[in-house]
Amino acid sequence: MTAGSIARFLGRRVAHSAVVLLGVMVVVFALVQLVPGDPVRIALGTRYTQEAYDALRAASGLDRPLLEQFLSYVGNALTGDLGVSFRTGEAVAGTLLERLPATVSLALVGVVIALVVALPAGIWSGLHEGRVSDAVVRVVSQAGVSVPDFWLGMLLITVVASGLGWLPSSGYVPIAEDPVQWARRVALPALTVGLVAAAIMTRYVRTAVLEVSHAGYVRTARSKGLPASVVTGRHVVRNALIPILTITGIQLATILGGVIVVEVVFAWPGLGRLTYDAVAARDYPLIQGAVLLMAVMFLLVNLVVDALYSVVDPRIRLS
Amino acid sequence: MTGTPAVVPANGAVLSVADLRVSIGGREIVRGVSFDVRPGQTLGIVGESGSGKSMTVLAATGLLDAPGARVTGSSLITGTDGGAPTQLIGAAERTLRRVHGDRVGFVFQDPSTSLNPVLTLERQISESLETHRGMTRRAARTRALDLLTAVGIPDPERRLDGYPHQLSGGQRQRVMIAIALACDPTLLIADEPTTALDVTTQAQIVELVRALQQERGTAVVWISHDLGLIGQVADDVTVLRQGEAVEQQPVLGVFDAPRHAYTRQLLDARPLLGQSAPPPADASGAALLTVESLDVRFAVTGPTGRSVVHAVDDVSFTVRRGRTLGVVGESGSGKSTIAGALTGLVRPRAGAARLDGEDLLAGRGASGRRLRRRVAMVFQDPFSSLNGRSTIGTSIAEPLRVHRLTASGAAERARIAELLELVDLSGDYVDRYPHELSGGQRQRVSIARALALEPDLVILDESTASLDVSIQARVLELLLRLQAELGLTYLFIAHDLGVVQRMSHDVLVLRGGRTVEHRPAADLFADPREEYTRALLDAVPPVRPRAAQAG
Repeated sequence: MTAGSIARFLGRRVAHSAVVLLGVMVVVFALVQLVPGDPVRIALGTRYTQEAYDALRAASGLDRPLLEQFLSYVGNALTGDLGVSFRTGEAVAGTLLERLPATVSLALVGVVIALVVALPAGIWSGLHEGRVSDAVVRVVSQAGVSVPDFWLGMLLITVVASGLGWLPSSGYVPIAEDPVQWARRVALPALTVGLVAAAIMTRYVRTAVLEVSHAGYVRTARSKGLPASVVTGRHVVRNALIPILTITGIQLATILGGVIVVEVVFAWPGLGRLTYDAVAARDYPLIQGAVLLMAVMFLLVNLVVDALYSVVDPRIRLS
Repeated sequence: MTGTPAVVPANGAVLSVADLRVSIGGREIVRGVSFDVRPGQTLGIVGESGSGKSMTVLAATGLLDAPGARVTGSSLITGTDGGAPTQLIGAAERTLRRVHGDRVGFVFQDPSTSLNPVLTLERQISESLETHRGMTRRAARTRALDLLTAVGIPDPERRLDGYPHQLSGGQRQRVMIAIALACDPTLLIADEPTTALDVTTQAQIVELVRALQQERGTAVVWISHDLGLIGQVADDVTVLRQGEAVEQQPVLGVFDAPRHAYTRQLLDARPLLGQSAPPPADASGAALLTVESLDVRFAVTGPTGRSVVHAVDDVSFTVRRGRTLGVVGESGSGKSTIAGALTGLVRPRAGAARLDGEDLLAGRGASGRRLRRRVAMVFQDPFSSLNGRSTIGTSIAEPLRVHRLTASGAAERARIAELLELVDLSGDYVDRYPHELSGGQRQRVSIARALALEPDLVILDESTASLDVSIQARVLELLLRLQAELGLTYLFIAHDLGVVQRMSHDVLVLRGGRTVEHRPAADLFADPREEYTRALLDAVPPVRPRAAQAG
C-alpha cells in the first residue's frame, strides 16, 4: 500500500520538477537575447573583424530563428552539450563537471556540520523556552547570523591554520585522490559555511520545536507518564521534522549554488567563483550552463526533501 | 483486568483535593477548591469559560503546564501495591510520571490535535503499557488490539497500524479513551471530551465511558461547560465560578434544589428542547429567499491527487419575510456551505437562489453589490471575525463606507451610535478594540456590523455556538427582539437543537449535503418523520439528569 503511494507521490513531484526545469531553460535561453549589447561582439573583444564575427555567430547558431535556437539549445542541454565557453573555448559541461565535486563536498560537509550544531541547540532551546540556556542559544545564533562568512573564514584561517598550524588554509584535493587530505582541506571552509548555516537553522529548529511542544499530542504524551526522552524524541522532534527538513534543504541548495566569498577566502575551486568569473567576463554560455546546473541541483534537493517528507509524515504518504 | 489492590486516602476517595489554589503572575485563578472523587463514581465539574475548571483538574493531577504557575494545597491519589496515597501537589517529575498513564488516564477536548499524527495507533496505545507495565512490544500490541475492540473501533486489527488522520472525530476520541484506559487506571480525567463532537457522537462517547466505567470500576472526573451533559454522566457535581466551587452536591440536588444563585442561572440559561419557540410570524407572507436545487462541490487537492467533495446536493428551501429558517446538521452536513453560496463566498455548481425574485448567485457589478447588501452574515467565532487592529467604530463603519451609505463623518458617527444602541452597547464602545471586549460583547458588535446595511436577510452561522450559555441566552433574546423590531428574516444555522427550536419557525435538517426533512418547526419537533431527525433529537441530553430517570 505505502510503496505504491510513495511512488505516485514522487512521480508527481518529478513531473512537476520537469516543468520547472523547462521554465528555467526558457529564462536561461532568454538571458542571452535580453542582455544589452551583442554577446558575440563582446566575446570577440579586440579580436573583432567582420569575418570573425560572422564565423562565431554562425558557430554559436545565433543567426538562426529564435524558436529553432531554443529547441536546439534544449536538445543539446538534455544530451549534456551546454556549448563552448567564449573565453576558454572549452566545453561548458566539462568545466562545470570539473568544479562540481568541490562544491558538493563543501555543501554536504557544511550541512552536516550545520545539523550537528543546530539540531541539539535548537531542540534544547525550544524545550527550555524562557530559561537562561534558551537565551544563550538565541543570542549566540543571532550573533552567528550577523557574522559575515568571510570574517569567520579569515578568523579560522588565522587561528586554526596559521596560528595552531593544525589544518591547511586553502586548496582542494579530490576525495578519490587522497581522502585524508580531502578531509583536512574541506574542514575549514565547510566549518565556515556550516556555522553560518547553523546559526540560521538553529532558529528554525527552535521555532519548530517550540510550536510542537505546545501541541495537544505532546500533552497527551506527558499524560501517559512517558520518560522525558521519549516525549521529546518520539513526540516533539518527529513532528518538528517537516520544517527542519525544509530549512535544511534550502541551506543545502544555497551552498550548492555557490558561496563565492568563502570560495575566494579558501581558494576553493567551486561553482561560485566559476560563475562569478563568467559573469565578469560576460561568458554567456558558461553563465547559462552554471545557472542551469544550479537549477537542476535545487530541484534535486527539493525532490529528496519531498521524498523525506513522505517518509516522516504518514498524512503525506497515505492521503 | 483489575490491577493490584489500591490503598485509598483516609476519606475513602480515589482522589481527594483540598484547598487547591493556582496563581499565575500574582493573580489567583483557582481559589481554594476542594473535592473528592469516590471509587467507581463520576464527579462532574461544570463551569463557564474562565471558571478555571480545566486548570483545577490539571493542577490537581500534576499535568498543568503553565510556566510560572504556583500551585498550593493538597491532592491525594490512591496508592497501589499497599503503598500510601501519593501527594500530587509539589510532587517530583518522577513521581508524577509514575502516576500519569498508570493510575490516572486523561482524555482531552479536541481529538483532532490530541493524537500524534505521525505515529500508528498501536504505538500510541502501547507506549504507556511498555513504560508502566514493562510489557514487550508484542504483548502490548495484543493488549492494544483488545483495547481498540473494547472502545468499539471497527476492524481493529487493521486500524492498529493506521494513523489518526484516517479516523473520524468520534473514532479518534475512542482511541484517546483506549489510551487513557490502557493501564487500567483507578481514575479517568475527561476534559470536555465531547465538546468538539457532533451530538450523536457525543451520545455514543457518553455511553462508551459509562460502559467501560461499570466494567472496570474506574472513577471519572468529567469536565464540561454543558450542565445538561453533566446531568447525564455525573453522580456528584461541582459548579465552578471564577475559580471557586460555588456548589457541590449530588447531581439530583444540583438540578432539583440548587443552593447557589449561579447554579440556578446556569440551569435557566440552558437551551432546552420543548421549552420555548419564537413568537409566531406570518406563514403566508411573501417569500424573501428561494433556493432551488443548490449544488456545491469542492475539489480537494491533497499531496497525491484531487478528489471532489459533494458538499451540498440538490437542496431547495424557501424563507418567508419576517420568519426564521433553522438549518440543522452535524459537521459535514453542508450547512455552512449554503451560507457561503448565498453570500458569494462559495461558487455553486448548479441551482438558483433568488432574493425577492432577483438572482442572488449571478449578481456581479453594481446590481450584484446592491443585492448582496441586503444579505448580511454573522459568523461563529467572535474572536476571529473582528479585525483586532480596528476599533469597534471602524469595524462597523466599514460596510457603510464600502457601500457609501453615509454622507458625512457626522452622519456616520450617528449611525454607528444608533447601531450600537440597537445591540445594547453604549456609545463609548466606538473607540475600543476587540481584545477589550468579552465574547458576548464582540458578538453584539458583529451583529451591529451586519445590521449596518439594513439587510433583509441575516445569515447567522453558528453565531452563538462559542458563547457561554448565559451569554448565549442573552444574545438569542437580542436576536428575537431585533427580528420583531426590524422585521428581519433569519437563516439560523446551528447544531444545537434546543437553540434552533428557540429561534426557528421552520427547520431544514441536513445530512451529508442532502435534505433530510424540511417542515414547520412545531411539527418537526413534535413528530419527526425521519429516522435521522429522531436520532438527532434523542441524542440531546434531556432536561432531567439520568439519575432522576433511573430512580
